[in-house]
Amino acid sequence: MSDVLDRPDIGHNAGDDLKVVGTRPIRPDGADKVTGRAAFGADFNMPGQLVGKVLRSPHAHARIVSIDAKKARALPGVKAIVTGADFPNLADEFHEGGEAASNLRDLAMNVMARDKALYDGHAVAAVAATSSAVADEALALITVVYEVLPHVQEVEAAMAQDAPLLHGRMFTEGLEARPDKPSNIAKRNRIARGDLDAGFAAADVIVEGRYTTQAVHQGYIEPHACVASWAADGQCSVWSSSQGQFMVRTYCAKVLGLEISNIRVTPAEIGGGFGGKTTVYLEPLALALSRQSGHPVKMVMTRDEVFRATGPTSGSVMYVRLGAKTDGTITAADVELKYQAGAFPGSPVGAGSMTALACYHIPNFRITGWDVVTNTPKVAAYRAPGAPISAFAVECAVDDLALKLGMDPIALREKNAVRDGMKASYGPTFQNIGYVETLEAIKTSPHYQIPLGPNQGRGVAVGFWFNVGGESTAALHVGEDGTAVVVTGNPDIGGSRASMAMMAAEALGIGVEKVRPIVADTASIGFSMLTGGSRTTFATGMAVVQAAEKVVAELKRRAALIWEVSADHVAWREGVAHCLDPAKTDKPPLSLEAIAAQSARTGGPISAQVSLNAQGAGPGFAAHICDVEIDPETGGVTVLRYTAAQDVGKAIHPAYVEGQIQGGVAQGVGWALNEEYIFDRDGKMENAGFLDYRVPVASDLPMIDAIMVEVPNPRHPFGAKGVGEVPIVPPLAAVANAVRAATGVRMCDLPLSPPKIRAVLDAKEG
Amino acid sequence: MSKQHVSTIVNGDPVEFLADPGMTLLDALRDELDLTGSKEGCGSGDCGACSVILDGRLVCSCLVLAPEAEGRRVETIEGLAHGSELHPLQQKFLEHAALQCGFCTPGLLMASKALLDVNPDPTESEARYWLAGNLCRCTGYDKIIRAVMDAAAELRQERV
Repeated sequence: MSDVLDRPDIGHNAGDDLKVVGTRPIRPDGADKVTGRAAFGADFNMPGQLVGKVLRSPHAHARIVSIDAKKARALPGVKAIVTGADFPNLADEFHEGGEAASNLRDLAMNVMARDKALYDGHAVAAVAATSSAVADEALALITVVYEVLPHVQEVEAAMAQDAPLLHGRMFTEGLEARPDKPSNIAKRNRIARGDLDAGFAAADVIVEGRYTTQAVHQGYIEPHACVASWAADGQCSVWSSSQGQFMVRTYCAKVLGLEISNIRVTPAEIGGGFGGKTTVYLEPLALALSRQSGHPVKMVMTRDEVFRATGPTSGSVMYVRLGAKTDGTITAADVELKYQAGAFPGSPVGAGSMTALACYHIPNFRITGWDVVTNTPKVAAYRAPGAPISAFAVECAVDDLALKLGMDPIALREKNAVRDGMKASYGPTFQNIGYVETLEAIKTSPHYQIPLGPNQGRGVAVGFWFNVGGESTAALHVGEDGTAVVVTGNPDIGGSRASMAMMAAEALGIGVEKVRPIVADTASIGFSMLTGGSRTTFATGMAVVQAAEKVVAELKRRAALIWEVSADHVAWREGVAHCLDPAKTDKPPLSLEAIAAQSARTGGPISAQVSLNAQGAGPGFAAHICDVEIDPETGGVTVLRYTAAQDVGKAIHPAYVEGQIQGGVAQGVGWALNEEYIFDRDGKMENAGFLDYRVPVASDLPMIDAIMVEVPNPRHPFGAKGVGEVPIVPPLAAVANAVRAATGVRMCDLPLSPPKIRAVLDAKEG
Repeated sequence: MSKQHVSTIVNGDPVEFLADPGMTLLDALRDELDLTGSKEGCGSGDCGACSVILDGRLVCSCLVLAPEAEGRRVETIEGLAHGSELHPLQQKFLEHAALQCGFCTPGLLMASKALLDVNPDPTESEARYWLAGNLCRCTGYDKIIRAVMDAAAELRQERV
């Protein structure tokens, strides 16, 4: 590392002599997390706190005629009860949080129902009491009179003319003409290029299909939890597990009509989020209960509540039609995506549309997306929101096309691959992408050459995710002994403290063990958008490096003062200042430690803070291979081998990058094979627990081989691209394509659970 | 209903607390003894985040009533390290980056310890099936299994 730190606009990119970035140190928060000391959402308590609990609608769709809480209020130990009447009604206002925009009006009504309950599990009242048992008793004493309404949950049923309407005020946006009556279709979006009819006319081969996926939950193991305190002077404190303490602050302020400066949110350790903790459910309720009772209130969801009232992502119905020449050139694509939004608009169909064909260079295409409200929990972001769903449909169709053309599935994708300089299906022109490199990586992997046995099949699929940047703040403080503290405002979900410390250490030129990373509360660091969109290592990392660069500039200035030379005559190498003044060659180098020790005499503490709005996140591409074996007796599918190649830009901490890839694959495999929301005839969720909603366990999976392809992003100091999301995009189709290869039958409806496989095998035998 | 007095041994130390007859061992550990390392992910024995070792046997502490711990020995994550020296499983979890969010980690470590207590040389398959009761949503289990196998090898080495 040399004087490049003086050139903040020029990257330190790959090829530089990196000392820390790219190594695998033990994470700085590791010891706390393997000894049980790390404090997650439910591990925090305040003196005198009450227990808060939520009364939830047992109906999928019902008018709330009345709520009588008199008996509950009279119960000894009950200190507060709130209902929709205790919260202001908000106007439509969109807030960009870092993953997806939220309508604050809808968010507030999702937190607590007003005149209607829109899904089984929708909050209708909340109580705070002196014990869990008293709170439970109080919930049972609240009488809610419901007028049960017809409900609708399946997306195409909700789009039908005669469907029961969730909202009387919703007129479909995005159509050529505003419809004359309301419906459940919130929005239609369309992306198109070229001449679709001409494209299909030019095709020698056409494939098409209808594909469905079910709602699936993010499945973080830690249920939502918080403690909130509303003091007598109006100062509010919240401790909660979320993907963004600033997001919690903003949403609480909006839902309760508070000023931002009156709320201080301290992030707990977060026990998984995957997008599902990019919004609030409990925090505004706990604050309202605290205001009414005058006591701090702790709320922790049960797993049943997590399933019924948070997450999930959309179920979908999709249609794909592809046309191609005999040489494999895709000439046309028509994609229609219908996504469940849950109770309020805002499915990720927009991102699903933009990503659907992003790996392909196709001259003529049309992508139509429908955002449809249903009597199911309002969807929340889930890892690359929307992309795995549309990729499932498109990648299955591409696989069918390869089969029909007699082409190798990787070769077909290479033939139609996007490359640098091409205009992406969603608009911008690609630069510095590493997509074909990922295809090359799987093609040449040992996995692709392994012969398959009976009842086995191999599937290939690819995926794309934008990755985002956005607003971040970082501060770097040098201690008087030459160590440093790096402070950011992004909860560490998967090792980001390690990457922040590593980037700071690299930029300062000191060992990573000399840097202590801290995730601060909202009053202790400037604003940062939430941890999501694969933005933290990129955007917050950029702020960290720029703060370190400012510190280095200051250290050089201090060294110049000590030596009485011009700052231009100071070089910074590996954490040490060197005097370049030809007149003072006798000056021994000054270490960071030595400069820090004299800081009082050279101008005081050495620290820097940088706030920025990072642009230029590099997109992520992934190419996966999956091998499965079908058990003809049970219809069970076993994943035998899995290889995932991904362009990661530059892996800051390769072990945690591999971990992101492996974790994303595992979630995708669960989505493909087992996971789904199941509702009964009355619209109640039937499998709201980990026994019946079956996420992959250790014995379900093989080792997952992660191949990191590094095509650096020149906009990041070390070349990093977001890595957390794209690994969940290809697995749904990779698994489905492997099952097709094993059974010889295309199955278009996820999950590919044993009964469905058995039915296919029975039909073949029959 | 009146509370029951419970005397038990947690991580080698005698402790006493009062418990409602319906209180779970998990709630007793967390709320009465301030041992919040054991986590509640489901409360129904499906996720394993509350795994502890009770008289040498791996249990979900959310499925054990607190009064059942009377006179027995409970091992929790807080007792896994020897003072400030991490147990080889803890060290290997760190070295292999076998945790991301870390919420399932205490349960997985206790389940892994229970495995290696009875089977010091598990195959990968045995480790995967033993740990099938401990859900991890972050890692895809790859690095966890590697960490457990590596820790097992180290512990075998120590015994020699």
